[in-house]
Amino acid sequence: MLEIIKPNTNFDFVGKTKMFLALSGLLIVISIFSVMVKGWQFGIDFSGGTLVQVKFKSPVEISSIKANLKNVTTREMTVQGFGEENEYMIRLAGIVTDLEALSDKIQSSLEQGFGKGSFEIRRVEMVGPRVGKDLRDKATLAVIFSLIGMLIYIWWRFELRFGVGAIIALAHDVTITVGTLSITNKPIDLTIIAALLTIVGYSVNDTIIVCDRIRENMKKMAREKLEKLINVSINETLSRTILTSGTVFLVLIALFFLGGGVIHDFAFALIIGVIVGTYSSVYIATPLVIFWEQVFPPKKRRR
Amino acid sequence: MFKSLKWRALLVLALTVVSLVYLLPTFFEMPSWWKEHLPDDKVSLGLDLQGGMHLVLEVQANKAVETALDRMAGDIREILTEEKIPYGQLERQGTDKLLVEILDPSTKDKFNEVLENKLSALEKIKVDERPEGVTFELMIKPKEAEHMKRLAVDQCLETIRNRVDQFGVAEPTIQKQGEDQILVQLPGIRDPKRAIELIGKTALLEFKLVDEENSLDKALKGEIPPDSEILYQKHENKETGEVTRVPYLLKKTTLLTGEYLTSAQVRISSQFNEPYVGIDFSDIGGKLFERITAANVKKRLAIILDNNVYSAPVIQEKISGGSAQITGRFTEDEARDLAIVLRAGSLKAPVKIIEKRTVGPSLGKDSIDQGLRSCIVGSILVVLFMVFYYRLSGAVANFSLIFNIILLLAGMAAFKSTLTLPGIAGIVLTIGMAVDANVLIFERTREEIRAGKTPRASIDAGYSKALITIVDAQLTTIIAAVFLFQFGTGPIKGFAVTLTIGLIASLFTSIYVTRLIFDYFLIERRIKSLSI
Repeated sequence: MLEIIKPNTNFDFVGKTKMFLALSGLLIVISIFSVMVKGWQFGIDFSGGTLVQVKFKSPVEISSIKANLKNVTTREMTVQGFGEENEYMIRLAGIVTDLEALSDKIQSSLEQGFGKGSFEIRRVEMVGPRVGKDLRDKATLAVIFSLIGMLIYIWWRFELRFGVGAIIALAHDVTITVGTLSITNKPIDLTIIAALLTIVGYSVNDTIIVCDRIRENMKKMAREKLEKLINVSINETLSRTILTSGTVFLVLIALFFLGGGVIHDFAFALIIGVIVGTYSSVYIATPLVIFWEQVFPPKKRRR
Repeated sequence: MFKSLKWRALLVLALTVVSLVYLLPTFFEMPSWWKEHLPDDKVSLGLDLQGGMHLVLEVQANKAVETALDRMAGDIREILTEEKIPYGQLERQGTDKLLVEILDPSTKDKFNEVLENKLSALEKIKVDERPEGVTFELMIKPKEAEHMKRLAVDQCLETIRNRVDQFGVAEPTIQKQGEDQILVQLPGIRDPKRAIELIGKTALLEFKLVDEENSLDKALKGEIPPDSEILYQKHENKETGEVTRVPYLLKKTTLLTGEYLTSAQVRISSQFNEPYVGIDFSDIGGKLFERITAANVKKRLAIILDNNVYSAPVIQEKISGGSAQITGRFTEDEARDLAIVLRAGSLKAPVKIIEKRTVGPSLGKDSIDQGLRSCIVGSILVVLFMVFYYRLSGAVANFSLIFNIILLLAGMAAFKSTLTLPGIAGIVLTIGMAVDANVLIFERTREEIRAGKTPRASIDAGYSKALITIVDAQLTTIIAAVFLFQFGTGPIKGFAVTLTIGLIASLFTSIYVTRLIFDYFLIERRIKSLSI
């Protein structure tokens, strides 16, 4: 029998709660700080703007693309390598009133600079400011509602204290994922929101696995202190927590390396989310249950 | 569900057959007897995979109200002249108001009567009485305005649908979105620019007289007579792309519009061998045209489309028969598209593109390849891991995984879902998440084995105790996916759909199907040890 975690393993997770709460706090502060300093880096889905994906036949310097397009617009422009070789993404952020003409101008300017037929425009996306705002509002609501959905579900299935722990852990996961995206300069667009919602739905799984075990152990070891009980439960389910995340991690690796440009960032966000989510369900979600109980002691003693 | 192994096996088998029946039409062209009796729904590819254009248009419905008010102003002018009520200022203010100044206070009651009887869409909001005249501030009734706006959006939707149909695009999607938006999806379109011209054109065809009494030069310097306006004729040099604009001084009054058209066709002029658009008027339109041309012989009549002058020929004689020509150095495509928009009618309000996404066919093909590759590699990684870690039990889980994917695709076909690039990512993710259920079951079973139970009892306990955790875990992910579906647009919806169907299918395959296999070996074959 292959075992990554031997039975009777007994790590002291609960004892180290303070240390890991501090670590998480630090990560969250860094995340929020990065977003505050850099501002929200929205993709054009949310900010409105134009995006042109070009594939050149032969290698081209990013700087020469930028130089070529300098005369087209004075708007803030980013040019990034994207997906395959010689493929670039030109993003023009901000509110553009005449989207149509702008993408035409980009095409003709590139044609003049690099020659007709030396490149292929593979994708053009233009999103007006109103649509951008609409999508942004909807995305925010979707994330908030899904968090509330999780809270209600766990509250209904378990107890409020588990639900609160799980939701704080989820908010923690989402915040750190968003922070990582901000630090690595990855724009937040619709696919990233899809990744975030998936993280919300998925990383609560590990928490549920532990909570189920805690509840089971409460019957078995009713005399034990809550700290001990939780620690045993985390240890008993540790292999599960790691393995289930591991299988998802495997497919995410495949998506990250082979999925192509759009999926690359999506998989990146999920990889961060799954790692942070696994960590938080062990170190954050359940220890918070203990914290909750200290702050709001149950009226009736267990036993 | 059923106790007996045989019945359970039959259920799984039946489900497999049903799935395959749903799945086959996606991969093969089915014979006609199949199409008549069995489902023929296919999993279609999204725009991001097959290439095409996604457009969201905003109907500027306020413009429809403005146009209606302008027309009412014209009507009022006519009525006042007819009733011999002298008037001064008479114009639209903002989007929903009209200002009418009656010069003789004694005719006030007469005007009130006119208002009541003939202009029921308007209501008085302010009457300013002074000895030199009475100023009425009239507003369109909000209900009426709402109605006009809604009508304009519906009419635009219908007209755009007509245009796209006549243009000839396979399986277009054209639907209303929200209150004033129209979603247009054109899969596989090669020339997005041309399609946009065709869809977005207001195509308001007007006939107006050239103002030959006043000087164009003076008008260009700013002295425009009150009932005239300057419009331009654009000439584009096809080689250099240079555009020249020729100004015309025109009478504001529209004599005739495209409303009265019955057909518009591309014809080739024998003289210059150039395409032009021949239009035919309805009976009423033909008579109107005849009357207009009869009254204005030797004058110039301008043909205007969306405020661009196309030509302004001199009326040589009364034109009866109800047909006219629009010339303008068209290419054949341009003439064809113009004929289409004229036939389909004008948009009652102009539209504005607020979202446009085009994907070229080569990118779509690459995306499919990359999606497939990551799907295959991801599956291999998971399958190898399961066999490596759980041995034969892992193989059982892998078998159910294949079944899961078949069910997922069949489910998509049955729901007529669209497969998008994020949708493929959803399938890959499902593969990683579906085996989670088996991991939970197997870990629990191992615990029971360690506690000294028999294989059969361990499997029993493993399934029953892990069940609730599995349902909880997959359900939370499904809840999040449902929220995602609610807000997402095209490709993202595809992700939510594959993930949801995949996870629901996984509940069946990784619990019911694997259990069946284990029971077969434990009960029928009476194996004594578990490879787990």
